[in-house]
Amino acid sequence: MNKVNTSRFKDKAFRRLGMVVTVSCLLILAVFVGFVLYMGLDRLSWEFLMSLPSRFADQSGIYTAWIGSIWVLVLTTLISFPLGVGAGIYLEEYGKKNKLATFLEINIANLAGVPSIIYGLLGLEVFVRIMQMGNSILAGALTLALLILPIIIVSTRESLRAVPSSIRDASNALGASKWQTIWNQVLPASFGGILTGVILALSRAVGETAPLIVVGALAYVPFAPRGPLDEFTVLPIQIFNWVSRPQHEFVINAAAAIIVLLLITFVMNGIAVYLRNRWQSKMKW
Amino acid sequence: MESETQNPNPKASKVETKPKMDSKDQSFKLQANNVDVFYGDFQAIKNISLDILERSITAFIGPSGCGKSTFLRLFNRMNDYIDGFHMEGEISLDKQDIYDPSIKVEELRKTVGMVFQKPNPFPKSIYENVAYGLRIQGIKDEDFIEKRVVESLKQATLFSEIKDDLDKQALALSGGQQQRLCIARALAVKPSVLLMDEPTSALDPISSGKIEDLVHELKKNYTIVIVTHNMQQAGRVSDNTAFLYMGELIEYGDTQKIFTNPEKDRTQNYITGRFG
Ligand SMILES: Nc1ncnc2c1ncn2[C@@H]1O[C@H](COP(=O)(O)OP(=O)(O)OP(=O)(O)O)[C@@H](O)[C@H]1O
Ligand SMILES: [Mg+2]
Repeated sequence: MNKVNTSRFKDKAFRRLGMVVTVSCLLILAVFVGFVLYMGLDRLSWEFLMSLPSRFADQSGIYTAWIGSIWVLVLTTLISFPLGVGAGIYLEEYGKKNKLATFLEINIANLAGVPSIIYGLLGLEVFVRIMQMGNSILAGALTLALLILPIIIVSTRESLRAVPSSIRDASNALGASKWQTIWNQVLPASFGGILTGVILALSRAVGETAPLIVVGALAYVPFAPRGPLDEFTVLPIQIFNWVSRPQHEFVINAAAAIIVLLLITFVMNGIAVYLRNRWQSKMKW
Repeated sequence: MESETQNPNPKASKVETKPKMDSKDQSFKLQANNVDVFYGDFQAIKNISLDILERSITAFIGPSGCGKSTFLRLFNRMNDYIDGFHMEGEISLDKQDIYDPSIKVEELRKTVGMVFQKPNPFPKSIYENVAYGLRIQGIKDEDFIEKRVVESLKQATLFSEIKDDLDKQALALSGGQQQRLCIARALAVKPSVLLMDEPTSALDPISSGKIEDLVHELKKNYTIVIVTHNMQQAGRVSDNTAFLYMGELIEYGDTQKIFTNPEKDRTQNYITGRFG
């Protein structure tokens, strides 16, 4: 075989291999989703969504859990979005590029890799105990916000960095101030990327269980929370609780709750993809 | 050959720094006085002094890396953003030192516009591109903005080609049209100086020709400084030419003279294409 043929063969082989790997990943996911759907779909009903938890599996619902999840999600967004994007803009656009900046950058990247349970312990000590928030939604949301802040900061900085310098030059050369350039050119050009990062970080937060268990989210909350200082539970904790019970009925409940949780994450990721495509097609250069 | 590689001592041979005036009422718009520029430890501009006549076209020529862009960007302080940039000496616009701490850079750039090597329109409509400079000044009067947009597009000889699609995405224009849009955008804020850093190097000959005609036309009202690698272009459009080599000003003066009868061998060699 000559050289051209060999490289063509390698090309083909690699393409096949890639195909096999991709398909098997998708298959595993499909089997998993199919299994959950098969188990839980029948259990899903309006009643299931609107019922409080109960000792009896067939009367139990996920009302408190999904309300709790939404509360946590909204509060986490309100806290982490301005902080994370603000910090990202500051570090990338205003921060001096010195040793301290490099040090901070490395550490923020490292923080993104710290196991979530460590954040839970931090939240327990700082928010629940020292700041005396108790086992409240606020304490949980603050903890999750801390957890996803590094991800948001890093993705914000990356999106800002991807804006071509020619656009900044053009704006500056017309007499724009630094902030005018950032606000009018850099942010619009990078907003799709920033938003995508934020949503992906949030969809990670929705699925987090460990840190919330540590800050004291309860499996059994008889009332839906009304304010940020109420006790709460969230979907993943409810699921965790149900699957650990011996009775088969509860496992079915768990499957039904998983479907709801999956739906929430899929919708969020869908929004992220949609936004990215929309902004990308608008921002071609 | 020996003298080619050696660094000429700027004090040894005096370099003319002032071009001849066409008439008495012309004055020097931009003046550089003993300017040194450093990027960190590297000295990119070595003690250059040169005066630029108002309402004239001045070309900067010289081999790649000799400091043309660096020197050009001193006049609207675009080098200020570069890490390690440091300047000594004085640059003045209408006799006023533009590196004085009391000068607001934003104000300076409204007077000294710039056109870049690669057309860089904003990812917005044609209209909004031209209007941008006015909007950031806080101008809200939409009639005024529209008038100025149309006027600027006409000045940049682009209006007739795009008058029906002012709302079209600017990035959908051809390269040459984009560059004329960038010129219109710079003109819209009514600068008195226009800096152009190789404005035609990314364009085809026909588009380049259009830009050259346009530059020639703009000379009536603007002081234009243009960096170019294209000797024919420099010869065609400019009144005065400055030849830079390794951060130094080798020769400066009337374009015709520089191209037909330069004083320095090095200038001669560069212009005839023997090096660079
Ligand atoms: N940001 C920077 N940091 C450090 N050195 C730089 C920087 N920009 C330019 N230089 C150096 O300064 C010198 C002059 O660069 P400049 O871009 O002004 O040259 P030029 O004459 O415009 O070249 P070209 O014709 O290739 O555009 C070069 O040696 C270059 O390496
Ligand atoms: Mg250059």
